[in-house]
Amino acid sequence: MLETVALILVILVLSAGVLVLCLQSLMGAVVAASVVSLGVSVLFVLLRAPDVALTEAAVGAGLSTVVLALGLRKLGLWRIEGDRGEAHALVPTDRREREDA
Amino acid sequence: MALDFVSILYIGALGLLLLGTFGLVTTTHLFRLILALALAEAGVNLLLILSGYRGGAQPPILGFGPQDMPMVDPIPQALVLTAIVIGVGVQALAVAAAVRIYRRYGTLDLVALKAHLEGDLARKQGIAPPKSAEKPAGERPLSPVPPRPQEP
Amino acid sequence: MRNLAAVLFIGGLGFFLFVLFFRLPLGAPPLVAGAAILEEGGETVGAANLVTAVLLAYRGMDTLGELSILFAAATAVGLVLGRRQLVVSDPEGGFILRAGSDLLFPLLLVVGLYVILHGHLTPGGGFQGGVILAAAFFVPVLARPRRGLDHGLLSFVEGLAGAAFIGIGLWALFARDAFLEPLLGKGVLGHLFSAGTLPLLSMAVGLKVGAELAGLMTSLMEAEGRES
Repeated sequence: MLETVALILVILVLSAGVLVLCLQSLMGAVVAASVVSLGVSVLFVLLRAPDVALTEAAVGAGLSTVVLALGLRKLGLWRIEGDRGEAHALVPTDRREREDA
Repeated sequence: MALDFVSILYIGALGLLLLGTFGLVTTTHLFRLILALALAEAGVNLLLILSGYRGGAQPPILGFGPQDMPMVDPIPQALVLTAIVIGVGVQALAVAAAVRIYRRYGTLDLVALKAHLEGDLARKQGIAPPKSAEKPAGERPLSPVPPRPQEP
Repeated sequence: MRNLAAVLFIGGLGFFLFVLFFRLPLGAPPLVAGAAILEEGGETVGAANLVTAVLLAYRGMDTLGELSILFAAATAVGLVLGRRQLVVSDPEGGFILRAGSDLLFPLLLVVGLYVILHGHLTPGGGFQGGVILAAAFFVPVLARPRRGLDHGLLSFVEGLAGAAFIGIGLWALFARDAFLEPLLGKGVLGHLFSAGTLPLLSMAVGLKVGAELAGLMTSLMEAEGRES
């Protein structure tokens, strides 16, 4: 029973981890990272570490997602629909010349 | 072969660590680098907690459950608790640095950033910036064979 | 080419770690120092939650170091982002967001304080409760960005909490010749007022972490508008 739950969670966590690296949308990747944290925090509960599970759920799944999402917003990369995170990041660097001038 | 509980979790922790490392090595986007770092961090934390786990033990909290049950090791848990909180601090700092870099250069692509960085360094030193990353430094005689036309 | 090298590297790393697995005593840890803490932690420190006992009593210095790292990180975020004049501020949230934040604020505050104060009895403690407190103060900012948070007040709370942590440590140093040694008697195991100075230390850690993280989130939130 415990093995089955652990196996399902590990598969969930690992597939979410693959999504973090594969998803085009950076916002999607951030959410996938939050899913990884949440799954890991449940695994901590199975490992009899409730303190760490509480921390991981509050910090890893909550706070860190908020920080990353706010960072994305600040970068102007927070586009959920039909976006290409990489392509948008490669905007021409006219701003730099403006700042240098 | 039936996997036992500890092996499954070891595979999960190892998988997260390797995925994160793979992302760190292969990605060319600065923001995804931060995400990959978080991934590897989760794997390492899981591995550390796993190192203190005992089969059939209870959480290290007195007063819950039977008295004579064994408990899991509290020291790795305290260490991981510290590591998680520090991890988010480092992550916030990395995000702030990425925001600053994006403001300055307008890109988060690592290859483009490297070119910018080399250009800045060259300008500061008063030398010509390197034209291409492929070209070797210093003088070298041209090869007698004409270069192949570039594939599109 | 680059990806092939990466795959080879990851494969090698995975192989080594997998080989290591068969030598690690996973599932049956040796418990070099842990056994002693499990044995007498309850009587020596008086905290039911042994993880908190390790964090605040046995390894109190580590926690102080961690707090300084967090302080440095939060300060550096403010420094790196710089404080720019707000030109374009976010519009006020909708009715649902505002009503939800009004409703959530006291609840989150109570939960955060509960988690902090019961850190030595149940899972929880300064760090977890501090994060919840930071969330409690951040949600209203999300709903009403114009109001914002007073950074001066946050730094004041943060500094006060940090000073309280060090002050309790110094008090123990003068009273018992050991920095951060628990004082004030152990009390009855499992009661709220037990484990000596541990709840006070926990409170200090919680306030410090909460103020730091709330300031960090608001300084990330205060966008100077879309620049381009």
